[in-house]
Formats: sequence, structure tokens, C-alpha cells
Amino acid sequence: MSLDCRKEIFQHLNNNVKMSNIIEIKPVHTIDQVHGMQLLYQMMRIRRFEEKSAEMYTKTRIRGFLHLYIGEEAVAVGVMQALVADDNILSTYREHGHALARGIDAPVIMAEMYGKMQGCCRGRGGSMHLFDAGKKFYGGNAIVAGHLPIAVGMALASKKQNKQNITCCFFGDGAVAEGAFHESMNLAALWSVPLLMVCENNLYAMGTAIRYSHAVQELEKKGAAYGIGSVAVNGMDVLEVERAAREAVERIHTTGRPFFLVCNTYRFRAHSMFDAELYRDKSEVEEWKKKDPIQALQKQLLNEQLVTDEDVQRLSHEIEQEVQAAVDFAEAGTWEPVEELSRFVYSDQRKPA
Amino acid sequence: MIEFNMPSLGADMEAGTLREWLVKPGDKVKRGDIIAIVETQKGLIDIEVFDEGVVNQLLIREDEKVPVGTVMALIANGEKGTGKTLQRLGKETETGKPVEEWQPVIAPHLVKASPLAKRIAAEKNIDLQTVKGTGEGGAITKEDVEKAAAQKAVMNEIKPPATESIRMAVAAAMSKSNREIPHYYLQQKIDMRKALAWLVEANKLRGVKQRLLPVVLLIKAVAKALTAVPELNGYWENGFRHKDEINIGFAISLRSGGVMIPAIHNADKKTLDELMTALNYIIPRARAMKLKSSELSTSTITITSLGEANAELVYGVIYPPQVALVGFGSIIEQPWAEQGMLDVRPVITATLAADHRATDGATGSRLLMYINNYLQKPELL
Amino acid sequence: MNSNDTILITYREALKQAVREALHKDEKVFLMGEDVGRYGGAFAVSKGLLQEFGPERIMDVPLSENGFVGAGIGAALGGMRPIVEIMTVNFSLLAMDQLVNNAATLLHMSGGQLNVPVVIRMSCGTGRQLAAQHSHSWEPLFAHIPGLIVLSAGTHEDARHMLPMALQSADPVIIFEYTAMLNMEKDMPGNTSDFNINKAMVRKPGKDISIITYGAGVYKALDAAAALATMGVEAEVVDLRILRPLDKDTAFESVRKTHRALLVEEAWATVNISAEISACIMENVFYELDLPVQRLGGVEVPMPYAKHLEDASLPQKEDIVERVKKMLQHD
Repeated sequence: MSLDCRKEIFQHLNNNVKMSNIIEIKPVHTIDQVHGMQLLYQMMRIRRFEEKSAEMYTKTRIRGFLHLYIGEEAVAVGVMQALVADDNILSTYREHGHALARGIDAPVIMAEMYGKMQGCCRGRGGSMHLFDAGKKFYGGNAIVAGHLPIAVGMALASKKQNKQNITCCFFGDGAVAEGAFHESMNLAALWSVPLLMVCENNLYAMGTAIRYSHAVQELEKKGAAYGIGSVAVNGMDVLEVERAAREAVERIHTTGRPFFLVCNTYRFRAHSMFDAELYRDKSEVEEWKKKDPIQALQKQLLNEQLVTDEDVQRLSHEIEQEVQAAVDFAEAGTWEPVEELSRFVYSDQRKPA
Repeated sequence: MIEFNMPSLGADMEAGTLREWLVKPGDKVKRGDIIAIVETQKGLIDIEVFDEGVVNQLLIREDEKVPVGTVMALIANGEKGTGKTLQRLGKETETGKPVEEWQPVIAPHLVKASPLAKRIAAEKNIDLQTVKGTGEGGAITKEDVEKAAAQKAVMNEIKPPATESIRMAVAAAMSKSNREIPHYYLQQKIDMRKALAWLVEANKLRGVKQRLLPVVLLIKAVAKALTAVPELNGYWENGFRHKDEINIGFAISLRSGGVMIPAIHNADKKTLDELMTALNYIIPRARAMKLKSSELSTSTITITSLGEANAELVYGVIYPPQVALVGFGSIIEQPWAEQGMLDVRPVITATLAADHRATDGATGSRLLMYINNYLQKPELL
Repeated sequence: MNSNDTILITYREALKQAVREALHKDEKVFLMGEDVGRYGGAFAVSKGLLQEFGPERIMDVPLSENGFVGAGIGAALGGMRPIVEIMTVNFSLLAMDQLVNNAATLLHMSGGQLNVPVVIRMSCGTGRQLAAQHSHSWEPLFAHIPGLIVLSAGTHEDARHMLPMALQSADPVIIFEYTAMLNMEKDMPGNTSDFNINKAMVRKPGKDISIITYGAGVYKALDAAAALATMGVEAEVVDLRILRPLDKDTAFESVRKTHRALLVEEAWATVNISAEISACIMENVFYELDLPVQRLGGVEVPMPYAKHLEDASLPQKEDIVERVKKMLQHD
């Protein structure tokens, strides 16, 4: 690969992840260079962004709860490949990865976590409540499974208006134990709405292992109860996730029915920053770290000689700068005047005080 | 040099106990390395480092508990300028604002009245202490205050405002006088024939408005008598204190009740005409209650003159802290024996009420004698 | 009001006309709720609408309050104008998470990006011997939540006209309807040009005392005011109507006029709407008061089944009359 060619790829990447929405559908087992690097770039970017977030948290620049996605990047990045700009996305409180993969700018996310007015929600949401209406990103929802019924309703609205978009809803294994999950699955199937339910099964609902919360641990089996097609995939393999997501979306479009995709994954970090991880062995974490989705993709791309070590270094450098820029942006951000505290409680209060 | 601080892992973490250092000075560290184990209320937590470099110094001993933000170690990093450390905790909470001085204003709670009743009472200047409440538990209601206000309006048609307080002031002063001053009384009848005859002649020279009234002769006579008997001109304030100026307090009764006692300053030095002018000036203002406070507080003795067609004599009550009061009854024609002859004369009865702490009867008697003498020689007044 | 300008109508029919009109007016409007379609509505409010509008617009839903209320919120986010019927307020707690954590918060939490124009209708109230689990007056619970608009249709006029106004709001609106009033027939003003959902209403003017109430209290208060009028007492009846954001000014205006206030509602007195109004009166028009503000609320027991006990646990017309007489009686 010539240097010029690489330069082009980087430029391409710098045009940001928005391009993910215009990538044409290709069978991913024969991964091409640009797409491979793009997936790698997105996953590395999420990870570095979150490492920095953790640092800024310990330095008290970020407060509230901070839930890191590190280890699960393949799910957000993989699924997002299958979605287009008009699709609706709803996520959990562990959503930095989804927000970044969806194309919300890193600086406005960081500023939001800082609580600054330049954040995507003017500092009213914080880490757990990232919203971007323009990107059709509907949170950042911090009540486990609380957003599932909303996702059903959004898909219903699409159906009623004969829109061609689908709604994609991310949630964890913890949410599957909630009544809202079962009500939502039933309603979605009953009403035949275009909804992709993506369970990120990281094996722990906070500190409760799946064996202590689910009688049936193969979560994909729950789809059958509602007549919803489901599949479980290796959530540590971004290519597999992408392939499954594309198939699922395809199926939703063809059948007009919902689909349940279970991505089995693992969170390398604690549930939130203040977590002594008393509930799992370090050896278990170490075992899973060997399946690191970033390492895995990197290795595959190197093996297939689609990237070089220098490429990875360069990506890393680019990302470092991008993340630092996000921090700088957040640091330079300003606080919303307290006089505007009551804005946005009702629509007629939207105007500045 | 980079500071490695006790991290803040949540808003509810205030401090942590270092349980174990996983590095020692000289060790290389890179981002993400776990370099310490800290015990928190949630258990042992691995603490990672976010920088690269070589551990320079460990500042906290194992098992030491330190607050969030405390520097635990120093890490030397090769590159210059990248070791930027963020401000420590708490800086932002310091504000330069001065602490406001604050004083509570707590009004005394005196009467049980509705808020509305209180407001109306304040607006209409009604003392709620004087209003009887008919509301729940005897609370004063709007209706009660309005009734009181209506009553007050009726009263005000009879009495000009502030009458009440004058009555109260007179009451207070007179009570004090009677309580504290041991009065003695003297009286003397005075033949006014010469004085009145002189006055008739004197008034012939004057216009209607400048005419003199008999009372100015009385005032002047008292004033001049006091120059001869100064023991009665002054105040009793832990002992007698003589006053050089002779300021005659002249009691004026108000139509609405009560008395006012404005002072005629330096009465001994004023001519009769000046005294008349002073009286003409003072009386209407007293009745309108528009006197200056200096006119009310500077008298050194008081004269009370009942005027015509009134009681024959008056035993006055001294106005504290003065020590004497001269009273004149009305001028009445009476049989008058003189040099073995009986005649009818216009007679006035002068009385003296004096403070026995300051003077005795002999002194008082001298004053009355002088007054009489002056009134027999009005041309000298 | 001239009788020519009024329409004789039941409360049920008023509600139905409102829903029907909304469905006709805007094709984005649809009604979803338990038994709203084939059953005809648990209280026959939507009877016949399925036949008229079809199953896409009159959607029966399973017994999944959390699910379908959330779906209503989602549909609103997705561009529709859903009317979600929660059969009774008694089941609304199952959907409380959706109402409190989602409907009420999304606009603010997103920094003004998202609107949730959903309308939630709930039957509520007491008085039908349904005992403790089906006799709730939970208006105060919802009125506590910033971000929600909470309306109480205490009259036929409001039953008829609140819904169309609510459907014009960009924010989530909850409308409380009163089951006990469904069969009640009343004259309703025909002219609605000055109708609003911003202001409380003086339902009957008076000068001696303000009876401030809402919902099931309105007609009771009006009856009480009529009884008081025969005793020479002119009571003013204020229907709050909008429980959030509360129109306090109308209440203050009334207190400025009468200087006395009795607050009446069926909800338990502790931490109810009356408690809020009372506090607001103290904060704003304290010096207008000639008597302490008083409240008549529900007795603090889970609602008993037996009729005489049920009656005793609610403020009745007679209770209002007696309390007013006591308040106005000087010793």
C-alpha cells in the first residue's frame, strides 16, 4: 500500500465516523482495508475517549456516575454499521460508545460530561443522558429498561407514518429481567414494528452475575416467547456483530417485524468508577481481556497485511489528539447561567431568560 | 514532575486508605498501569495511573488514610510541558463574595388578629391593643378593626387628633407632681381697682388690637416679684436649682380638654405691650397645638389664671420640676374693708402652690406680698 | 348564561365528543388503551369509535401500562399525536416510571431538543364503593412533577374541551377525568371561544369566602355554595383545573376579594394540592387573610368498601356548608 493511499484513508477517517452511514453493504468476511481501518479507528477512539474520561473523573472534572464501555466497543461499532442516518437509536447509561459511533462529536460529549453549556445537552444530562436529536440519538437512558417501551413507540410511529426507518434499542442483560423488556417485546411483536432490540450481555447487572438473575441464561431464547426472531453472536468480534446486525436489519425491512440480537460481551472495567469489583475474580477479567475486540481486529488486519504497525501507531496518535481536543474543548467550555435553570421544563420556557 | 493523587471515584468518596503500593521509586509506569490498591468504604480498589514516566517518590505510607486529591506520589516524565496537572479539588467552591451582614427583624407578637386586620389597623392607625376581637378564639378580624376605625372617626370629629396624648401627658405630669411634691398653699386677696383703672387709661392710648388685658398685669407682677424672691424661680432636681431667666409658663386650657403651658421667656424684662403680643402669639398656637418644643419645656414657674366668670380661687398643682405655681381666680366685686371703711372693690384671689422641699411659707408669703405691691402700683409694671 | 347558548350533555358524551373530534381533526392522532376498541372503553367513553376509525387509530393494548405508556411517549417522539388512556388512575403507578422519568424529563434532559407531545387520559376518583385499590385521588402525585402538565376536568365543559387544547401542547399532558360524573347530565356552554388550559376558573362569584377546589370537588362546592346562598352567605367557587403549572393568581385574586379561603379536594389532606395552595396563599396574600386558611380533604384511610364509611371518608357538600358556617361564625 502506497503512502498516498494511506493518507487518503486517514483523511477519510478524519471526515469522521459519519461516513459509517454511507458505507455500502458488503460481505464483511472479506474485509476491505478502508472499512477495517475504520472499524479499528472507531473502537480505539471510543476506548481512548473513555480512558480519558476516567482520568478526568478521578480529577473531579467529570462527576455524577461514569459507566465505561471499555471491552464492549465491538457491539456499538458493529451494530452501528448496519444503521442509516434516518434510523432512531436509543441507548443505556453506558452509552459513550454508542454516541461516538453514531457520530456525535467527541468534544460536545466531553463538554456534556463536564456539565458545560457547550455539551450536547447543555450540561443538563451528563454522562448518562447524552441526546442528539439531529443524529436521532434518543439517550442516554438511566432507568434500566425504561427506554425499551419508548423504542417500541418510536418504531410504531415509523410504521404508522409509513417511514422506512427502523429503531435500534441497546440495553443490557440486566434490562432483560425487567418487566418493561417483556412488555416491550410483546408489544413490538403484537404490533409488528421495525425494531432492532440489541442486548449487550456483559454477564453482569451491575454486580450481579447473570446466573443470579436469569433462570434462562441464553437470553436469545426469550425472543421465542414473543415470536421474535433472535440470534446470539460473539460481541467481542466486531465483524461478526456487524454481519449479524446487517442481517437483522435486512430481516426487519423484509418482514416488518422486530428482531432480537444478543451480543455476548464483557466489560473490562468496573460497573462505574466507584466499584471495588467484589463480585468477580480478577482472573476472569484477565481471561476476557484476551478477547479484547480491538486487539483481535488489529491482529486480523495485521495478519491480512491490511494495516501496518505504523498505521496503528498513527491511528493512535490521531485519536490521542482528537481526545485531547475534546478535553480542551470541555475545559474551555462555559457554565450555563443559573438564570436559565428553569428553561426547558416546558416548551414555552425554551427561550433564554 | 507529575502528581499522582488520591483519586475521586465518586461524589460519595471523601478519602481512601492506601493499602499497597504496587510500584517503587525508579519503576517505569505507563498509562493504565495499576500502581496502588486503595481501600474505600466499598472495598479495595485498584488505582491506575494516567501518565507515563518513572516513579520518583512515594509520598504516602501504606495504611495511611488521606483525603481525595492528596498527592500520593511524584512521577517524573521525560517530556517537558506535558505534565500539566489540573487544579486541586475545592478551588471552584471558593468565592470571593463577602459574607452579608444579616440581622433578623422580629416584631413582637402582641395581639391575636388576622393578617388582614393587622394590615388595616396599620393603615388606619388603630392600636390593636384597644380593639376587642370577636373572631375565632377572640381573634381580631377585619370587621372588628373596621368598627374600631369607624368609632375613632366619630371621636375625631369631637376631639382634634393627639388630644388623647395631651390628656395622658397632663395626667402623667400631675400624678408625678402629686406623688413627689409636698405642696404648701398660701392665698391672698388683691384689690384690683387701681390696676384696672390704670388699664382703662392705658388702653385709651392704644388701638383696638393693641389693647392690654388684665392678665398681662398679673404676669408682669409675678415676674417682677420673682426678681425679688428668686427662691421660687427654678427647678427641683435632687435639690433646688435656681434659674436666672424668668420664663413664665402660662397655662392655657384647650377646648377639647387638657392644658398646655407655653413659656413666655424673660417675662420680667418684657414691657406690657410685649407681653400682650407674646400672649396673642402663643394662645392661638397653643389651642391649635402647634407650639415649639422649646416653648413647652423651658418654663421656670407657672401661672394659671382662670379668667373671667369662673371660680374664685384656684389651688394649683406644681408642674415638675418647677417649684411654684401662682394661681389667679376671677376678678369679682367684693366688699372690701380698708382703713375702717367698707367699700366694694374688684378683687382677685392669688394663690401660691409651692414645693416645700425648696421653700417654706415665709418665702411664699413674700412672693404674694410683692405681687400685691406691684398690682397696687401698675404704673411701675 | 342564556339557555340558548348551552348544550345538555352527559360527562361521558362530552369526553367522547372530544376524542372523536381530535381523531377527525388530525390523522396523527390515535387512541390507545386497554379495552378502548372492541369493548368500547371500560366506561363506554370510546364506544363506537373503533367502528368509525378502525383498529389503527383505536388501538386495544395488552395489560402493560408501563409498556404502552412508554410506547405512547415513543410514538410522540416519533411524530405522532397519541392519546393514551390509562383505564383508571389506579393502574397509573405501573406506568409511573415512564411518566416521571421519561415524559417529564426528556425535554429538559436533552437541553431542549426533544418534545414529548403525548396526552394521557385517566379515569379517577371515588364514590362507587370500589374500595381501597380502585378509589384513588392521585392528582397531587402527578402535580408534583415538573415537566408534566396536569389537568383536572371537574366540569362537563372541561371534559369536552380540555382534550383538544391538550393536543395543541408540545409537552406531555395528563388529564384526570372523573368516573363518578360520567352519567351526570349538565348544561354546558356552547360557546368555547375563550376556552383555555392556562387559567383557573371562578365557577361562581361571591364575596364572603373562597371555596377553592378542583375535579370531583367542583360540583360539590357549587352545590354547597347554592345552599349557603339561602343562608345569606355568598361563597365564591374557584375551580383550579390546571394542577400543574398551577394558576395561583386566580386563587389569590379570589382571596383578595373574600379574605377567607376553604380548600376542598378528595385527595388525602397530607401533602395534597390544597396544602400547596395554602402555602402559596401564605406566601403571597397573607395580609389579605381574615381567617386562617382551612382545608377539607379525604380522611387518611385506604378507602373502605361500605357505603357509609366511604361517604364519611370524603368531603361532602354538607361538610363544606358546615365548615363555611363555622368559619364565618364569630363568637
